[in-house]
Amino acid sequence: MSSDTQDRAGAPARASLLNDPKARGLFYQIVVVVGLALFFWFIVSNTIHNLQRLNIASGFGFLENTAGFGTSQSLINYSESSSYGDAILVGLLNTILVAVIGIFFATLLGFLIGVARLSNNWIISKLAYCYVELLRNVPLLLQIFFWYFAVLRSIPGKREKWSLFDTFHLNIVGLRGPAPIFEPGSQFMFYALIVAIGAAFGLSRWARKRQDATGQQFPSFWAGLGLIIGLPTVVCLLTGVPVHLEYPVFNETGPILKRGFELGTGFNLIPELLALVLALSLYTAAFIAEIVRAGIQAVSHGQTEAAQALGIRQGLTLRLVVIPQAMRVIIPPLTSQFLNLTKNSSLAVAIGFPDLVSMGGTVLNQTGQALEVIAIWMAVYLSLSLLTSAFMNWYNQRMALVER
Amino acid sequence: MSDAQMFQIRTVEAPRLPAPSSTTGVIGWMRQNLFSSIGNTVLTILGALIAWALIEPLIEFALVKAVWTGDDRTACLGADGEHIGACWAYVGDYMQQFIYGRYTTSELWRVNTVYGLFALLLVPLLAPSVPYKGINALLLLVAFPIVAYYLLTGLVIGDTVILPIVETAQWGGLLVTLVIAVTGITASLPLGILFALGRRSNMPIIKLISVIFIEFWRGVPLITVLFMSSVMLPLFLPDGVTFDKLLRVLVGVTLFSSAYMAEVVRGGLQAIPKGQYEGAMALGLRFWPMMYLIILPQALKLVIPGIVNTFIGLFKDTTLVLIVGMFDLLGMIQSSFADPSWATPTQAHTGYLFAAFVFFVFCFGMSRYSIFVEKQLHTGHKR
Repeated sequence: MSSDTQDRAGAPARASLLNDPKARGLFYQIVVVVGLALFFWFIVSNTIHNLQRLNIASGFGFLENTAGFGTSQSLINYSESSSYGDAILVGLLNTILVAVIGIFFATLLGFLIGVARLSNNWIISKLAYCYVELLRNVPLLLQIFFWYFAVLRSIPGKREKWSLFDTFHLNIVGLRGPAPIFEPGSQFMFYALIVAIGAAFGLSRWARKRQDATGQQFPSFWAGLGLIIGLPTVVCLLTGVPVHLEYPVFNETGPILKRGFELGTGFNLIPELLALVLALSLYTAAFIAEIVRAGIQAVSHGQTEAAQALGIRQGLTLRLVVIPQAMRVIIPPLTSQFLNLTKNSSLAVAIGFPDLVSMGGTVLNQTGQALEVIAIWMAVYLSLSLLTSAFMNWYNQRMALVER
Repeated sequence: MSDAQMFQIRTVEAPRLPAPSSTTGVIGWMRQNLFSSIGNTVLTILGALIAWALIEPLIEFALVKAVWTGDDRTACLGADGEHIGACWAYVGDYMQQFIYGRYTTSELWRVNTVYGLFALLLVPLLAPSVPYKGINALLLLVAFPIVAYYLLTGLVIGDTVILPIVETAQWGGLLVTLVIAVTGITASLPLGILFALGRRSNMPIIKLISVIFIEFWRGVPLITVLFMSSVMLPLFLPDGVTFDKLLRVLVGVTLFSSAYMAEVVRGGLQAIPKGQYEGAMALGLRFWPMMYLIILPQALKLVIPGIVNTFIGLFKDTTLVLIVGMFDLLGMIQSSFADPSWATPTQAHTGYLFAAFVFFVFCFGMSRYSIFVEKQLHTGHKR
C-alpha cells in the first residue's frame, strides 16, 4: 500500500480499512446475505419439519386430482369431475373477466367524472367532487357488501323480474339478456374481424406516413372504424347471417317451481359478478377521476393560449394539444389503477364469486396444500403486475419528452 | 367663441355607480357559474335533478323515516307494508360490540383508557403550535405501545393477576380496526424508509434485496398476504411456537404496507437535488447523520400526501381481515346480521351506512389533515 500513496502525489494517506467505503459496503452486504441465508434456512427447515409432522404432501401433483366441487360461473367447460388444475384455471379466467369488464367501466366513468370535476358549472363539479370523496374514503369491501347484501337483495325474486326494453331482465338469479348463437360458417366473420383490425392498423400507419411526407390528412380513425365494423358485417351478410340471438325464456305459468327463467337460455350474469363489477368500477372510477383531473391540470395554460394564438379551433386544441400532453401524465398512474382493480378483484372471495382466490381457497381447504396454492396465487398476481410495469416502462420511454 | 363654450369641463366627480346587479351577489354568481349558456343551464338542471335523486332518498332513509328507539326488531318493522328507514335502534343496541367486540364487559375501562391515552398523546402531536414535540412523539411511539399492550391483553406477574387476561379472540369492532391500522401505520413507516434507502443504495446486493422485497409485496393482493400470514406463518415457526392470530395479521399488514411506504419515500428521495447530498458530505457527515439531518426531513416533507394516502389505504384495507376470520368493525357488523332479534329488511342498509360513516369520518379526516400539514410545511418558494 505504501507505493500507492507515493504514486499519487498530494493524495492523503489511505484511510484504514475500517473507514474505506468500499470495504464497509462489502462488509455490510456480506452480513445481510449471511443473515438472510440463516433466516431462510431457519424457515425452510422448520417448514419441512412441520410438513412432515403434519403429514402434508408437497408438490403440485394434486392439480391432477378430481376437484369434486362445482362453480356458479365458468368460461370453460368445467364440472365436478374436472381436476383441481381446471378449477384454478376457471378462477383465473373469472379474475381476468372481472378485471376486463371492471377496467372498461371504471375508465369510462373515471374520465367522465374527472372532466366533470373541472367543469365551469358549479353544481356539476361539486357533484363530481362529492362522488370522488365519498367513494374514495369508504373501504372497497364495504362497498362490495353494500351492493351484494343490501342492494342486490332487494331486487325481485326468482319468479319475478325487472325488464329493460323487454330484452334485459334482472332478478335475484342475475342479469339475463339475449345471447348470440354462432352457427357453422360464422368463423369467417371472426377471420374478417381479424383482417379488418390488421387493415385498420396498416391504414393508420400509411396515413401517418403520408401526412409526414405531404401534409395531407386522412380520416384514418373513421376509416378504420368503418373497416372494423363494415367488413365482418359484409361477410356476415354474404355467408347468409350465420348468427342469431337467443332470448331467455321466462315461464310465468306452469308449476310454481318451474316458473322463472329456463336454465341455459340467453346469457346470464350472476349477481356476485354484478355486485363485484359495480363496486370495483365505481370505486376505481373515483381514483381514475382524480388522475384525469390532475393530468388535464398539468397541461399548462400557455399551451392552450399558444394554440389559440395559432388560430386552432377549440375542439382541435383539445384533441391535438391538451389531450396528448395530458395522456403523458395520466397513463402511468392509470395503469397502476388498472392493476389495483385486478388485485382488488380478489375481494370476490368475500361474496363467493369464483375468482382465482376463491377457487384456490376451496382447493386449499380440500387438499390442505397451503404452500402450493398460495404460491400459485402469488405467481399469477406477480406476473400480472410485472407485465403491467413492463408495459408502463415501455410506454414511458415511448412517451417521454425528447429533451436535448 | 370662447374656450369655455368649446370644451365642457367636468368639475364635479361623477357618482360612483355600483356594478350591475346581474354581475354581483347571488344572482351574478349564479349567472356566471350555473346559467352562463344554454348548455350550462341544461347541465345545471340535470345536475340538480341527480343531486336531488340521490340526497332525497338518503335523508328520508337516514333521518325522516328512521327508527331511533326500540328494544328489538318489532320496532323497526313498522305497520303492514309501511316503508321504514334506517333502524338506528339496532345500531344503538349493538354499539358496544361495534366498538369493543366481545371484550369482557367489566374490563372495558382498559380499552377506554387506551383510546383516551391515544387521543391525549396524538392530538398535541398533530397540532402544530403545541411545544415538546420530541417528548410527545417518544411517549406516543415508545411508552404508549407498551402500556397499551399490557392494558389490552392483561398483565400477570407470577401468580398475581394484576389485570385479567383478555384473549385477542374476544377483541373486535373498532378496537381491532384501530389496533391493526395504528400498528401497521407506525411499523410500516420506519420499515418503508429502510427499504427506500436500500433501493437507492450503491451496494448492489442491498439494492437487489430491497427491489425484490418491494416488488413482491406490491405485486400481490392483500388477501393473499393475509391468507399467507394466517396459514403459512405457523408452518415457518419451530414446532410448539404458537403465534397469536392478531399478531399474524399484523405481521402481514405491516410487511405489505411497508412496501408501499418504501415506494412513496423513494419518490421523495429522488426529488432531493444531488447538491443536498454533496453539501452534507462536504460538511463531513456520515451516511446516517446525513440522512437523518439533511435528506429525510426534506424528502419526507415532500411526500406527506403520499404517506397519508398510504395510511388511508391501510386503514381501509383493515376491513379485509374479516376474510381470515377476525372481527373488525365491518366483520362485527356483518356478523350481527345473523342475530334474529334485529332481523329487518333495512338491517343491512343501516349497518353498512353506519360503517361507511365511521370509515368516511376517519379517512376524510386524515386526508383533510394532510392538506392542512402540506400548507403548514410549505415554507419556501411560495409565490
